[in-house]
Formats: sequence, structure tokens, C-alpha cells
Amino acid sequence: MLEVRDVAKSFDGFQAVGGVSLTVAAGSISAIIGPNGAGKTTLFNLITGHLRPDTGRVVFKGQDITGIAPHDLCRLGMGRSFQRTNIFPRLTVFQNVQAAYVSHRGRGWSLFERVERLYADETDAILGAVGLLDRAGEESGFLSHGGQKQLELGIALALEPEILLLDEPTAGMSAGETRESIALIERLARERRLTLLFTEHDMEVVFSISQRITVLHQGRVIADGAPDEVRRDPEVRRVYLGEKRA
Amino acid sequence: MRRIPWGLLILVAAFCVPALGSRFYTFLANDVVIWALFATSLNLLVGYTGLVSFGHAAYFGIGAYTTGILMKKLGLSFLVAFPAAGLVAGLFAVFFGFFCVRLTRIYFAMLTLAFAQIVWAICFKWNEVTGGEQGMPEIPYPSFDWVEKASGWLPFLGGYRTSDYFYFLCIVLVAVALWVLRRIVGSPFGRMLTTIRENPERAEFIGVNVRRYELAAFVLAGAFAGLAGGLFGIFNRGVFPDFAYWTKSSEVLIMTLLGGMGTFVGPSVGAVVLILLNQQIVSYTQYWPLVLGSILVLLLFVFPGGLAGAVQDLWRWTQRRRARA
Repeated sequence: MLEVRDVAKSFDGFQAVGGVSLTVAAGSISAIIGPNGAGKTTLFNLITGHLRPDTGRVVFKGQDITGIAPHDLCRLGMGRSFQRTNIFPRLTVFQNVQAAYVSHRGRGWSLFERVERLYADETDAILGAVGLLDRAGEESGFLSHGGQKQLELGIALALEPEILLLDEPTAGMSAGETRESIALIERLARERRLTLLFTEHDMEVVFSISQRITVLHQGRVIADGAPDEVRRDPEVRRVYLGEKRA
Repeated sequence: MRRIPWGLLILVAAFCVPALGSRFYTFLANDVVIWALFATSLNLLVGYTGLVSFGHAAYFGIGAYTTGILMKKLGLSFLVAFPAAGLVAGLFAVFFGFFCVRLTRIYFAMLTLAFAQIVWAICFKWNEVTGGEQGMPEIPYPSFDWVEKASGWLPFLGGYRTSDYFYFLCIVLVAVALWVLRRIVGSPFGRMLTTIRENPERAEFIGVNVRRYELAAFVLAGAFAGLAGGLFGIFNRGVFPDFAYWTKSSEVLIMTLLGGMGTFVGPSVGAVVLILLNQQIVSYTQYWPLVLGSILVLLLFVFPGGLAGAVQDLWRWTQRRRARA
């Protein structure tokens, strides 16, 4: 479904991502892991059009999407969440998700109808799915960190994506919150038949739900395969697991 | 609790002003009405889209000159000249906005200012068309003959001055324009603008073409500012280059901030307060800018949401207290 071919990106001579290739099969759950600064977020930004790669191509559903604008990508069926929580803080929880519906269903240019109850049922359904229905009327900026992450997931789901890219969905969460939110993500992906690609630094999380893991280190892929293979890989143990113990 | 139809009450109150018999009050009220529209049009950018324009007076000036030229030089009817003010200002906004929305934040603001100064310079120098430095005095009032005729069988319409009739016309036109703006900010389009204000990067990723929406907001704001300018030229009995000068841009921006950009009525409140305050203070002291500056400082630190925002907060606070009691 998604294919990244040998993309590279440098910033002022520093190579953040150097020749990374990976494929994501439809309906799979894949993860990109690596220590901080490994280039995970940069790779994500290259895939989702925030950055244009210096070399290489990104192909989505057979279409070359390299460097395409995010709003067009969104229309093609790619949703993403951000590492640093990214919501519309002074809109209510309901309005956040509703805005995604309005935009995605192409009603954004409608100037004279009333927006209040537009897509209310769909929005409520999403809020129910991510566990925020009882807080729908609150200003979203006042939600807890975990709540905002849930909301962000809700916004992404409202865009009815085929593939969902989550950048460190559990960043900054406690162990308990992490478990809950991973369970939620896994359930939603299954129910909605989503293809999922996410980055993570927490190994536990990754091994528990992904079918395929790509390990990034200093902008390069050092291992790629099923969780068990990756776990046994000596290079990975040295770079990643060793580093964690230190 | 029943909702109080504030809009209607204010409209009725506004209609009663000339009946007080004071030419001066009507003059002030007319000034307020036009500036309310001007400030609200700016708020579409500042308050709803999160774009701070330092050059909004350009479109006000363009609207004023359009109406002035069409009515005075070409002798066209107000019925043509008024919509033309919005249209021409909107067209200029398409052109200028195309470049402005390519920049962000302070660069956006500086470019709007730069374009406004260009407009001002053209108005100031292009003598044949704009009257140059001298401006264009004696813009005619729209014809109110039909009102005189109608007053034969609608006696309450009779007996007012032409300036009063123009004031009534302004109220109606501004009320309609504000109603349209209100619908726009409450529409799906308006919601998209607020997502851009809140988080343009995220807005892109819910599928919003940020630049295109920003341009649309810019053009709408420009067009409504143009309508306000069209009315102002007639009200002012003349159109002058300083309509497009940067001080006008800052005046309308201050109005918007003073009233509160977080609410729809904020800029109108700002227009009322600033114009009345100006009127009062100028009769005591010549240091109006000093007073204005002090008010702004107070505002930014004590009521960052402006006057309307402060009232809203107070209202919510009393509601909560009542709910708790």
C-alpha cells in the first residue's frame, strides 16, 4: 500500500535520513523504531509531504506522492498524528473532530449553511470510539495530555483514512496510559481495517502489536522484519537494547 | 431562558437616534455604524483566520474612491456605486492577497502594510483620477427623492434631513452586511478558518488548503471593508488619500483589539467605545494618542480578550456562581 524507495534528506549538511526504503502492506501494523534522533520523525515528514526528500520516491496506492501537499495527501486517504500533540486548542472537543469531517467531506467552502450540527452523529460516534464523548463540549486545550492524544486520534479517524501514520502515539504517557492507548489504537485499527504505520521509542509497545518492525539508526535502516527476527538481530541489540540499559 | 434579540434591539435603537433631534448625535452614530462594519471585516482576518493585517485601510480607501469616482465623476447611481465599492476592493484583495498569503505572521503583516502604502501613494499622486492630495470633495448623497414621495403616505418617513436619510440607509446596509458576515463565520467555511487560526499545520492535515482559505478570507474581508469605505466617503462628504493611510489601518486594528477579536460583536463594541471616547477626550485634552496608548496597555494586560471578551468572562463567572448556589 505504501512504499518508500531510498529516500534521503539532509539539513545543512547533516544527513537526517540517508537512503531509507520500506514497504507497508495493506491491513498490516508496522512500526519504525529507533533511538532519539534516529530520523523517525523526519522520515514521517518526508512521507506525509511536510518535507521534500532530496532523493528517492514515496509511492502510495501505486501513485507517486513524493513532496505532494499535505491537504492533497489527506484526500488520497492518508491520515497522520503528530508527536507533539496537534489539535485545535481553542475549539471544543466536538468541533475538533467535526472540523475534520467538514473538511474531508468537502463542505468547507459552504458559506451560508450553519455548521453547529453538521456531521454531529458521525462526530459523536468517533468521540465515543476514542472515549471522549462525555467531554465533547469542553475546550480541547484543557484536556489532559492523554486526552489530547485521544482527540488527535479521533481527528485522524474522522478523515476516514486507509492508512494512518502515528508519530510516537504514546510519547509522554505513563505506563498505564500507554497500555490503554495502545489497546485503543489496536482495536480501532482492527475495527476500521486500517493500515497502521507508527513510530515508537518504547520497545514493549512495538513488539506487542506490530507485525513488522523497521529499526532506524542514524538515519539508516539497520534491521527490518518480524518482531522476533528484529529482537534477535545482533546489530539491533547492540545499538538499541544495549543503549537502553546504559 | 428566552434569548434576548440584541441585534434587533440595537437596530431599533439606532433608528431612533435622529429623532433625538441632534445633528451631532446622528453624525456620531453614523460614524460608529460604518466603523463597526470596517472593524468587523478586519476581524474576519484577525479574529477568525489568525492573520494580522496592518494594511486593511487599503480596501477601505479603494471602496471609498470607487464610490466617489462613480458617483461624482461619472454621475452613476448609489445602487451601482455601492456594490462596486465592495467588488473593486475585493478584486484588489485578490491580487494583493495572492502574494500576502504566501507569507506568514510578521511577514504577512508587513506585506499587507506595504501594499496599503502603495495604494495610499497612488491615491495621493494620481491627480487626474483620485484628485491627488486634495482628495475628492463633495461626493453627492444618494438620491432620496423616493423617500420624499413615499412620505406622502408613510408620514413617519418625512421631515428628516438628507444626512438623516443617509444614516438610515447606512444602518440598513451595515445591518445586512453584518448579518452576512455573521452567517459566514458560523458556516462550515468559518469553522475551517478557525482551524487555520488555531493550527495551520494541522489544518493542512485535515485536508484544508490553507492558502486558498486564507486568500478567500482576505478577499471577503477586503470586500466588506470596501463597502464600509464606500459609505464612509459619502458620509464624510469627500474622499481623501488618508483613508488608505497606515494610521487608518492601525485605528481599525486597535478598535478590533479593544472590542475583542474573540467575539463577533467585539469589533463593533470597539467602534462604539473608541469613537465616543475620542469625542469625549478630545474636548478635554489634545493628548488623545497618549490616552489611547494607555488604554491599549491596560487592555493587553488586564483584558486580553478585549471589552467584549471581558463581559463574556464576567457573564460566565456569574452563571457559574449561580449554578453553584
